Formats: sequence, structure tokens, C-alpha cells
Amino acid sequence: MINKSVTEKIGFAVLAFCGLLVVLTLFGILWDIGYNGAAVLSWEFLTQPPREGMTLGGIFPALLGTLLVSLITVLFSVPLGMFSAIYLNEYARQGRLVRMIRLSIRNLSGVPSIVYGLFGVALFVRIFYFGASILSAGLTLGLLTLPWTITASEEALKTVPKSYRDGSLALGATKWQAIRTNVLPYAIPGMLSGAILGLARAAGETAPILFTGAAFFIPDLPRTLLDQFMALPYHLYILSTQHQDIATVRPIAYGTALVLIALVLCLNMVAVLIRYHYRKKARMAQ
Amino acid sequence: MIRNWRQFQDASIHRFFQFNGVLSILILLGIFFILFKDGLPALQQLGVGTFIQMIWNPTSFVQETYGMGAMIISTLMVTFLALLIAVPVGLGCAAYLSEVAPNWVREILKPVIEILAGIPSVVLGFLGIVIIGPWIARVFHLPNGLNALNGAILLAVMSLPTIISISEDAISSVPRAYKEASLALGASKWQTLIRVIVPSALSGIIASVMLGMGRAIGETMTVLMATGNALKTPTHILEAVRTMTATIAIELGEVPFGSEHYHGLFVIGFVLFVMTFLVNLVADIVLAKYQEVER
Repeated sequence: MINKSVTEKIGFAVLAFCGLLVVLTLFGILWDIGYNGAAVLSWEFLTQPPREGMTLGGIFPALLGTLLVSLITVLFSVPLGMFSAIYLNEYARQGRLVRMIRLSIRNLSGVPSIVYGLFGVALFVRIFYFGASILSAGLTLGLLTLPWTITASEEALKTVPKSYRDGSLALGATKWQAIRTNVLPYAIPGMLSGAILGLARAAGETAPILFTGAAFFIPDLPRTLLDQFMALPYHLYILSTQHQDIATVRPIAYGTALVLIALVLCLNMVAVLIRYHYRKKARMAQ
Repeated sequence: MIRNWRQFQDASIHRFFQFNGVLSILILLGIFFILFKDGLPALQQLGVGTFIQMIWNPTSFVQETYGMGAMIISTLMVTFLALLIAVPVGLGCAAYLSEVAPNWVREILKPVIEILAGIPSVVLGFLGIVIIGPWIARVFHLPNGLNALNGAILLAVMSLPTIISISEDAISSVPRAYKEASLALGASKWQTLIRVIVPSALSGIIASVMLGMGRAIGETMTVLMATGNALKTPTHILEAVRTMTATIAIELGEVPFGSEHYHGLFVIGFVLFVMTFLVNLVADIVLAKYQEVER
């Protein structure tokens, strides 16, 4: 009997250690990047372009490029994801087609990001002739985030009670009128939070933009959507592996990593807050 | 008349949304088709046999070779090594979360896992260079620490959130009655966990490991930055290796459009796509089976 409880204590301690390890990993990452990155962080770092072969100055063009590309990504993937989710949740009946669609969505979310990059090069850069540009990279990332925006939008639609639709249909509204007036307004916050999560994902991705538009260094800011751009994750990759003087630019690399992590985490946080806020409101309304 | 117009309008809107729904299938088929189409010229000109050799060296001056063997072995080696680290820790963490952890710990651990999932892979790759690399070099007395082990540690961190969240779902959806019956028979909580709960959740746990494996196979930036990228057949975990994803990432920027080499990279992409597709499909089937059993 003593043996049994000793085994249990040891077993649970091992499990707790696994949990602790995960927490320590995250805090280790955040501490190292935060501590070393904060040393170079300044207003100038965020608002100035790199100077002297990227050994001095800031990361403004990379920050701007990442924001622009993420914007294209969201503009492309959120409407498509919304429409797709509306079909799956409001119109579709269970059957082979829906099963096929769901299978495709799950598999798309498992396609490696570099494969999206290859696809983007072949389709957007070559066939559509957009060249290596903000547009090509944004569309490629849009495809990558699509499975996530569909899933998030569907979750949002699912939270709207069935009675909202029935009430509207009973008053003689068509299906679309019911969706537009009695479903979408309540699902929009949830969809918005999904869109922001997609934005966060897109902002941190590197592999899909390597060949679809990200550039090593561009002195001028992009003027049109067909220009190449600098991006935060690509900039970090360059500074830590491709630069001729890696030791000198290490602090700048840390700063870039910190800004990238902060951007991604802030977006995640905003998404969670929106979801939380509206869920509370929805619960109170019911 | 007006009624008909309304019906027509509603039917068109229905079609519009249906088309958007089907788009996911079209994109998946599109990726498959384009990778195949752009890989095909290389297969035709060089022959399939060229690609099943070991060494990949398309820019050699003596004899260009397109063997994918070494990089497939590298990919599998790094992936399995990563799972060797991530599976025990991930399952332990999942079991802890759903069976042992008090509420306040759960409130901390859950967001921690979500944040970990959100860390961009390029940042992990950077940490592989600046922290894990020097550490490996010191421990094993190597000139540098960019090797398969380094990549595997980073991939383990990347696949942990997937493994934890899906296997935790599986563990916590085991019916309460199973657990209570086991406890009532005098089993300790630990015995119940190991002999009753985990076996009942096994298919969900297997699915989580498969999905984590899919992520690890397809991950690019961390392995590109941390594994050293040497073009040879790996024999040891402390050697530099070059995975399939890293090869595409390194070479696609340098090849002339339309060359054999360019199309050869699409062959790698195609094989990679098929590999991850199969892994995900198996995970999907296993997961569907377990949800059926649940019902």
C-alpha cells in the first residue's frame, strides 16, 4: 500500500515537472529576447531605416513591410474565410461535399509553409505575373491563413443561437436576409478576433515570403503593391545568418526579434480580449 | 413575379457562398497540381531514378546529381529526434493539465501553451543559433553547435503546443465513469491514469503525435537556421544535416527560372507535400475513429 502511494507521488511529480518545463521554456525565450532586445530598443530604432550596411540605424522599413503584407493577407483571407464559413455553417447540409471541404481545410492547415512559398512563386509570381512583390507575398500568406480564418469564423457563427435565425425566417425573411440581419451582427466580433489571429500568424511567417517578395535591403519605402519589401522575420533571418558581420549586428537582431515577438503577442492579446469581452456581453444578453 | 425574383436572388447568394465553400478543395487540388506540373519537367528530363539516389548536388561542375535520399533521411532523423523529446514532455504536460493540476496552475499553463504556439519560427531559429548552438558546442566539445540535435530541440518546442492541446482534449474527454469505476475498485489515481485513462485516450494521443510530426516535417526556418545545412548522408545526431525544407529555402532564390534545377526543387516540394498530406490524413482518420467511439 505504501508502495502504491509512493509510486503515485513520484508519477505526479514527473508530470508536474513536464508542465514546469514547458513554462520555463516559454519564460526562457521571452526573458532572453526581452532582456537583450530591450537594450537596443528606442524610438529611433523603430522609426529609422538601417544604415552602414545594416550595422546601425533602425528597422522601420521592415516593420512597415510586415504591416503592409499582413494587411493584404487579411484583406484577402478574411472575406474568403467568412464566406466559406457562412456556407459551411448556414447553408450546407451534411453530406459528402461538406466532408470533403472539411477534410481539405484540415489538410490545408497542415501543408508546410515552404510549400505555400513554392505555390506562391509558381502561381502569383509567374502565372499571374505579379512578380516578387507585396501583393504576391500577401496573397501567398492569405492562402496559408485561410484554414484558420475559416475555422475562426465558423466558431463565431456557431455561438449565435438558432432561435435568432428562426425568428427572422418566421417573419418571412429570406435565408440571406436572416443571416445578414440576425446572424452576422452577432458573429462579427468573433470573426474579427479570428482575423487578428490570422494577422499575427501572417506577421511571423518567413518561409512563404522568402521568394514571393521579401528583399534583403531596399533603401526606399515601397510605393506600390508591386514593389518588393523588407519584412521583420526575414530581416531577423538575414541578420542572424546571411550578414557578413554577424557578431556586430547581433544586438540589432535581438531588437528585431523583440519587436517581432511583441507585435505577434500584442495581436494575440487583442484577439483574446475581443473574444472575452463579447462573450461576456453575449452571455449577459441571453 | 416579385416572389420569383426574391427566390432567384436567394438562390444566387446560396451559390455564391457554396462556391466559396468549395474553394478550399480547389486550393488543395491547385497546390497538388501546380507542384506536380512544375516538378514534371525535371522528372522527364532527368528520370525518376535520378531522384532516388542519395546525394543532391545540382550545381556540381563534374556531375550534377539530384538524389533526395540524404535530405529525406535528414528530415526524418531531425523529426524523430524532435518527437523523442516532445512526446514524453507533451504527454506528461497534457496528463498533468487534465488530471493533476489545480485550477490556478491550469489558468497559467493554458495561456503559456497558446503563447508558445504563437512564437514565430524564425525567432526560435535565432535562439538556436545564439543559445542552443553554443551550449551544444560546449557540452559535446564541438567547433560549432549547428547540427541535427539543435534543430530537433527547436522542432520539439514547435510541436509541443500541438501535441499538448490535442492529447489533453483526448485525455479529458475520457468518460468520468471509467475513472470512477477504476477508483472504486481501489486503484490509485496514478494507476487509473496509466492503466485506464491513457489507454482509452490512445487514439487521440496518437493523432496528436502524428499532427506534431506533420508540423516538424514541414517546418522550415528553425531547421534552416540551426542544423548547419551540410549536403551529405547523416550518420550521427551531432552532424550538420540539410532537410528537404531547408534545401528548397536555400536554393529557390538562386536558380534560374525554368532550369532543371528549378523544376527539381518542385519535385522536393511535391514529395514534401505528399509526406505531410499522408501524415495528416492518418491523424485525421485516427481522430475520426476516436470521436466515433466517444459517441
